[in-house]
Amino acid sequence: MSIAFYLIAALTLAGGLAAVLLKNTVHCALALTVAFAGLALLFLELDAQFAGFAQILVYIGAVAILVVFAILLTRGSETPKDGVYSRNWLAGLFIAAAVFAVLGWAVLQSAGGLPQGAVAAPTVTVLQIGNALVSRYVLPLEIVALLLTAAMIGAVIVAMHEKERQK
Amino acid sequence: MTPLAHYLLVAALLFSIGLAGALTRRNAILVLIGIELMLNAANLNLIAFWRYGPHPEALTGMMFAIFSIAVAAAEAAVGLGLVIQIHRHAHTTDLDAMNRMKG
Amino acid sequence: MTGTMDQIFVLLQHWLTGFLPAAWQGPARVVLSVAVIVGLFPALFALTTVFERKGLGRIQNRIGPNRTGWLGILQPVADGIKSLTKEDIVPLSADGAVHFLAPVVLVVAVFMGFAVLPMGRKMVLVEMDAGLLFFFAMGASTELSVFMAGWSSRNKYSLLGAMRAVAQMISYEVPLLMSSVAVVMITGSLSLTRIVEAQDQYTWGFPHWYIFTPWGFAGFVMYAIAATAETNRSPFDLPEGESELVAGYHTEYSGFKFALFFLGEYLAMFSISGLGTTLFLGGWSAPFSWLGWIPSWIWFFSKLMLSIFVFIWLRGTLPRLRQDQLMNFAWKFVLPMTLLNLMVAALWRFLGEGWERWVICSAILVLAYVAMGRAGMHREHFGPRRYRYAE
Repeated sequence: MSIAFYLIAALTLAGGLAAVLLKNTVHCALALTVAFAGLALLFLELDAQFAGFAQILVYIGAVAILVVFAILLTRGSETPKDGVYSRNWLAGLFIAAAVFAVLGWAVLQSAGGLPQGAVAAPTVTVLQIGNALVSRYVLPLEIVALLLTAAMIGAVIVAMHEKERQK
Repeated sequence: MTPLAHYLLVAALLFSIGLAGALTRRNAILVLIGIELMLNAANLNLIAFWRYGPHPEALTGMMFAIFSIAVAAAEAAVGLGLVIQIHRHAHTTDLDAMNRMKG
Repeated sequence: MTGTMDQIFVLLQHWLTGFLPAAWQGPARVVLSVAVIVGLFPALFALTTVFERKGLGRIQNRIGPNRTGWLGILQPVADGIKSLTKEDIVPLSADGAVHFLAPVVLVVAVFMGFAVLPMGRKMVLVEMDAGLLFFFAMGASTELSVFMAGWSSRNKYSLLGAMRAVAQMISYEVPLLMSSVAVVMITGSLSLTRIVEAQDQYTWGFPHWYIFTPWGFAGFVMYAIAATAETNRSPFDLPEGESELVAGYHTEYSGFKFALFFLGEYLAMFSISGLGTTLFLGGWSAPFSWLGWIPSWIWFFSKLMLSIFVFIWLRGTLPRLRQDQLMNFAWKFVLPMTLLNLMVAALWRFLGEGWERWVICSAILVLAYVAMGRAGMHREHFGPRRYRYAE
């Protein structure tokens, strides 16, 4: 029953670890894709089919490809001469461990009061999601549309070649 | 059925792995990868709470997660555009080497 | 009798799994369906390779393969034996793990798409509420494998081919989705079985297929263009054109891995044609109500093979598009047309029954097509040639 959850969670965490530890940047991007796929499977395990398929479509189908293209366009596949970790890597690791300690403590403290499982599965149809999007969540929908347009135009302008000023 | 606490622990672990990646790597793109991992961990938290919460038919958690996916994609696009432009200017993506405001 | 023929595979499946204990029957049914899909579509692929080579040969005024067996029908067997026994060469500096995984990821992602296609009445592997979304999610995963193949080969031609292929695939992904959204809007569901059932009605003997409506016809044309570009078929096959880039992203693949790429490409063609038939051509429903006695799966596969024949025909007839022409076409023509098509489909729904909606919708689409076509043509500046030298 829950053996699937532990396997998928292990896959996701392994992908995440590989994404931050590997030396070759493209390998990191591919491990990130594995982590995204593991997360999509976790969403499907949680009966959130729409979110799971949207995760695959958007993250694996678009964001992972964006990351990979950026690595290629910035010559990231060549190994740097100073090593891959920054100078203050110990401080960063310490901060991350501290954050995990706080979060983990908060979860374990309240673990008694959280649902232990066997909650009735919600029947979510895409029709309900569509109805919710245009009735209750119409303002976030419009704002996200505006945001995506602005981000698209902005990304094109930021990454455009500057016009030559020699004349 | 796994308890909710397990999902939350997995999300917390993924979040701290992403944070460690964002803080310890030199390459600017790997910092963005760490940020994407953090956003994904937060999405997992949202969906887990939605599923085990008292009113899943209100769809709040799922909606939040879907909007978060959209916003994360937009942010990744702009961030990577910035990294490409910086590389064109400074010929490196090493964050330790970009420690001066003067170009 | 006709009902039995129509459901013969479902009945066969139930009979075969009836021999097992009750608890195992569900998983056994799924395993049997998966085994049939994994066996049937590669067999269709083998048939299509001969079909294509003979068809291309006839279009180019020559006979195709005719040595192996009667009319060359055993050619895929010969090709299969060749690719299985060829030496598997991996370049020394190639990235081993990624080089190995790329064809695997491609074939797995493409096979997953077959799970939601309704191949006959009640003959779909997984009945999903968001079936169309699942199909497109699997299609998006194939792009990553193309990039993996190109990058891991450490070869400039492969990398160029991979980047061109990925740029082409993501550009045409949006028109592909948008042309399907018009169908979803009119049907009111993302489930492919519901979409086919909505087209399974007849007025005076004529079917309610979406291709027979103005927005459906325009949508089908744009879906076909986007599908040809998604599967890297000619006239959009610059990433793998032999005269351009050696073999593009699968230059460094030999033997069985190359056969896997070939298989993946043709299976992607099958699954995208299957989706096109489901969305626009009525899936498994018969063209006229008096032809309903022919089993539904025969109709589905006939329409599928007809689409494949059109793909082959296009390949033999049209010249290749250049990369910038291809991208211009996607972003400046097909995408605005699909958006307009969405609005026309909404207009169709709200104008109600009658002849007015046919006239108005057709008029809007034809006018937009002509206007955008003429606007696109005026971009070409045929002035004096400017020379740019390499610095």
